[in-house]
Amino acid sequence: MTRVVRDPSRPVTTLELVCPAGTPAALRTAVDAGAHTVYCGFRDETNARNFPGLNFSRAELKDGVAYAHERGADVLVAINTFPEAGNLDPWHRAIDDAAEIGADAAILADIGLVSYARDNCPNLRRHLSVQAAASTPEGINFYAREFGIARVVLPRVLTLPEIKELNRHTEVETEVFVFGGLCVMAEGRCSLSSYVTGKSPNKTGVCSPASHVTYEEHGSGLDSKLGGFTINRFADGEPAGYPTLCKGRFAANDKISYLFEEPVSLNLLTMLPEVADAGVTALKIEGRQRGKAYVEKVVRAFRAAVDALDRGEDLDAAAIADLTEGGRETAGAYKKAWH
Amino acid sequence: MTKTPAQTAKLTLGPLLFNWSNEKRQDYYARVADEADVDTVILGETVCSKRTPFQIPHWPGLIERLRRGGKEVVLSTLGLILSSREMNDMRDTVGDEDLYFEANDIAVDDMLKGRPHMIGPMMNVYNEGTLARLAANGADRVCLPVEMSGKSIAVLAGSGIMDVEVFVFGRMPLAIAARCYHSRIHKVPKSNCRYVCGLDNDGLTIDTLDGKPFLAVNGTQTMSHTVANLAAEIPEMLGMGVKSFRISPHDVDVVHIAEQFRGIIAGTTDPAELLDETDGLIDGAPNSNGFFYDEEGLKYKNAE
Repeated sequence: MTRVVRDPSRPVTTLELVCPAGTPAALRTAVDAGAHTVYCGFRDETNARNFPGLNFSRAELKDGVAYAHERGADVLVAINTFPEAGNLDPWHRAIDDAAEIGADAAILADIGLVSYARDNCPNLRRHLSVQAAASTPEGINFYAREFGIARVVLPRVLTLPEIKELNRHTEVETEVFVFGGLCVMAEGRCSLSSYVTGKSPNKTGVCSPASHVTYEEHGSGLDSKLGGFTINRFADGEPAGYPTLCKGRFAANDKISYLFEEPVSLNLLTMLPEVADAGVTALKIEGRQRGKAYVEKVVRAFRAAVDALDRGEDLDAAAIADLTEGGRETAGAYKKAWH
Repeated sequence: MTKTPAQTAKLTLGPLLFNWSNEKRQDYYARVADEADVDTVILGETVCSKRTPFQIPHWPGLIERLRRGGKEVVLSTLGLILSSREMNDMRDTVGDEDLYFEANDIAVDDMLKGRPHMIGPMMNVYNEGTLARLAANGADRVCLPVEMSGKSIAVLAGSGIMDVEVFVFGRMPLAIAARCYHSRIHKVPKSNCRYVCGLDNDGLTIDTLDGKPFLAVNGTQTMSHTVANLAAEIPEMLGMGVKSFRISPHDVDVVHIAEQFRGIIAGTTDPAELLDETDGLIDGAPNSNGFFYDEEGLKYKNAE
């Protein structure tokens, strides 16, 4: 089995920074900003960020892989939606092409696809997507034993102590989300967006799609809607957020609240020492739908933090402040109090 | 509606998704055992491990009673396993070699390797590749995820890889989380939740800010507000080779609902009759069948 090519100058204990590349330009930006690894997807329903204007053609991926490899960075290809019954071909072709182009690993979720990849492209390293919702050592070890999974991206349902415990019971490398958008439900097992819009995130790779979003005047304010349902309401002059279904305000027993989750994003920057202590191999930054400026800023901050951690130094307070400016943040499920 | 269809199918009563009191549960299953015309009854807790200690002591008695009533009994398992304690509980549960189990997580499926078992609707089975892999592990029946389209059901039921069951009645389980929404609503910590999910026998309806019913919560599970009812699609699904249909338990007359589905399968009952009866029956919620048509799951679409 091939291994992810690591920068030999990097100590083996270094946390690997896995960064989003929604476009070829974002890939170059992320690599230049210090990403050890970037992840991307093909421009179709085979990956879980199938948004208009995003993702890679085969030729673009080839160029992207060359660009990254020349600079010592790896490229992972997310093929992490669930193929439609009777139409496996686009997903099989994505795996074949990722291998052919020389990607360093494929990120897969569907059991049938992982099985296909093992049988047909055995030299392509296989990572288990967060969409597979493998939350236990037993589940992860099943994928390792049966399909030779080398790494698992952990579902955002575990606390750091639980992750530490899990790492004691598996040889499989673990990768955890450290920054960006946050699923509240167990990933890959949520049909909420599908229920409201008819577009299944599991099948088509889009959650709360922009095509189903509307903003409507309400008195002096504005309602943000998804599929005609009010997800949130904003006062006049208040910035109206995007209506991601699970980040809205709803009424239960006549009381209004952010029932599932507030419109927060995940940020574990200041908790990296604990994350390292939990025994994880790689840190994942969410945001293939984000622009170059965002990618540049976040990757640079996290790379500085990982390097500081390696040197045994404290994190740069200024870099942290720069990154956290504005939006509300959470450590999510990684802290027990969230549950 | 007097023609007898060439195909037939069985009826399954799925696992109770809600946290009913033991008394209510015992009464319900006693009636199911004696009076409900279903072939299979699934027991077991799929949503929250904190509910199981109250149920386990009653399982042997319930299983015996249901079997005496002529029902096949299946025991289902947790949909989201988060701790080694929960994993050990699952291992103990499936250790009973005399029972047939439903797996809702790959780790439990793996524990059942080499034994006949079924795959529950909380596992991501979307295509024949995955179905074949699970069959190789010993699974011989699958209840497909609720968001499955009719087109995909036709492919999988027609593949002959294993028997296919379809969820045809009840609020649909749409998501599972580490977080408990009943605890959040009642402002109690999940670790000391006082079992507040037990207050809502059919789940707690969630409204939008403009007062439109939207979803329902059931502890860590989020469900549809609408009630799936695929009565009108049953003749088509029989033609596809679907082998059984799943009714999900609610606080309604299950004996009557099962009787109506039995009649629809036999071609002697007009699906419209049941659809009329169930519209608004559970917390005022309308029927829905949108997923079958690859559209919004909350919709009801009249068959062509």
